[in-house]
Amino acid sequence: MSDPGEEGKREAAGHGATPEPDTEFSIAQSNALLPLLLIAALTVLVLLVVTVRSRPVIPPVGAPADKAYSPKDFPEVFKALDALAVKDTGPELARASFPVPPPPFTEGMFPCMSCHESIPPNAERRPLEAMHADIVFEHDAEHRWCLDCHDVTDRNQLRLANGTLVPFTESYRLCGQCHGTQFRDWRTGIHGKRTGYWDGPKRYLLCVHCHNPHSPRFAALAPLPPPVRPQFLAAGDAAAVQGAAAPPAGEETGHGAQTH
Amino acid sequence: MAHRPTDVPAVDGSAEERAQPAAVLRRRDFLTAIGVAAAGYLAGCSDEVREAFFRNHFLELSPQEVEARLRRLRDTYGARYGKNVDMSAVAARPGVVFGYALDLSRCVGCRRCVYACVRENNQSRDPQIQWIRVLEMEKDKGIDFAEANPYYDPERVPEEHHFYLPVACQQCRQPQCTMVCPVQATWQEPDGIVAIDYDWCIGCRCCMAACPYGARHFNWGDPHVPADEINPDMHVLGNRPRLRGVVEKCTFCVQRVRDGRYPACVEICPVGARKFGNLMDPEGEISLILEQKRVFVLKAELNTQPKFYYFYGT
Repeated sequence: MSDPGEEGKREAAGHGATPEPDTEFSIAQSNALLPLLLIAALTVLVLLVVTVRSRPVIPPVGAPADKAYSPKDFPEVFKALDALAVKDTGPELARASFPVPPPPFTEGMFPCMSCHESIPPNAERRPLEAMHADIVFEHDAEHRWCLDCHDVTDRNQLRLANGTLVPFTESYRLCGQCHGTQFRDWRTGIHGKRTGYWDGPKRYLLCVHCHNPHSPRFAALAPLPPPVRPQFLAAGDAAAVQGAAAPPAGEETGHGAQTH
Repeated sequence: MAHRPTDVPAVDGSAEERAQPAAVLRRRDFLTAIGVAAAGYLAGCSDEVREAFFRNHFLELSPQEVEARLRRLRDTYGARYGKNVDMSAVAARPGVVFGYALDLSRCVGCRRCVYACVRENNQSRDPQIQWIRVLEMEKDKGIDFAEANPYYDPERVPEEHHFYLPVACQQCRQPQCTMVCPVQATWQEPDGIVAIDYDWCIGCRCCMAACPYGARHFNWGDPHVPADEINPDMHVLGNRPRLRGVVEKCTFCVQRVRDGRYPACVEICPVGARKFGNLMDPEGEISLILEQKRVFVLKAELNTQPKFYYFYGT
């Protein structure tokens, strides 16, 4: 003991009013029991942990990923895919340098001049109220407005900064004025999407097919449902294989049908 | 020998044979009978069964035998699904090695690719098999497979503070799966696609254990695809209907890409995150991505050398 004085003090305190000497005495007596007790306590602890942790975490029926979905559950998604498919390798794609599908006009909006022919052009910057009020403009709204891109006299075309008029099918030239790196990547197929043939004619999507030009941040979309969890895997016709443990996932489609 | 009495001296084989009772069926006769019966059965059954019985490894088939197998598959599936099946065995083109790139800065985790793949490649609907698995990960944690969640299902994606990592077959240049296959039912084609001969696979699943990407899937049950959903444009090493007890995986849509088309996942991706092309073409999009963007592969430390690259387009 490096400090016998303190040790002695503590002992003195122990021998005082408290029944601590008894405790010390009993521990010394049960020297053989101590390891046994320890082992028993450890065993109980291990068993407890094992029972708690090893219980399979089975999400209740109705939780996500309890049903196997098939592509036929989402016909609208694949209708869009089939519309994009490039079937003909012929003249349509060979003509243009960047063949694109028709721009995504709102129904009945194009040609713009069918209305604007009779409306005197007004180049004053102002919020639109009578028409086009539904357009949410979040494209550098502080600095830009309609006539920075739309031509004031020929509304059927777009207007580059240098005054060149370009049709809506070449709107990438307009976007590329500011977004040069994206335009560079788009031309080589790194940015944006191309369909068709990796070794042949390709159809490009215009910038505006994915980015609303008036509010270009890519809009969040609903995901298709997750893969079925393994415990629900063969829930359909293989219920017999899994016995009563297989939940009746075939009937419990409510959740998925509502969400998706 | 324990059964021989110790007082009898050991005799040679012929003496022992003579000592056996005559009524016992001798092994030689038994084997001969079996052989004769089998030969008789095979002689009597149809060409189709004979072909299936004596079929060879796909790579060892002569052009005539390939044609015969295609015809057989065409007839089988045509009858089963009531469709005109276009079954091809188009070989790899010289000078082409396929590469794939996926823009992680664009992917929103919408899972359109998963279902387009299921539809294109005739994956079993029930029990469900999906070749593409989209993992949701937290931006704070980076690529961490232990924390990845494939079952995310929010109202809208992308969710804040998350990114999405779709994983399918990485088409490695050093494919571990092909190296462990005890019957060589899976191999790397000259254009880099790792193919499986479904007729040759014995279902031991060694390849699944060897694959570090979880890209291979096993048909535990009879795969089921409704007849009206079958894609009749098939390749014998690709999307033809599988059998129970075989392994399957992404083939880069071999039936499409050997025709020059893009894979189905590339065409459906609504954000254009998926890129596909010929690695040997210096002007192709994959070469340009490798040249210009920040590119990485999954589990590079395993030296599998995937041809599936992930990159950041921004």
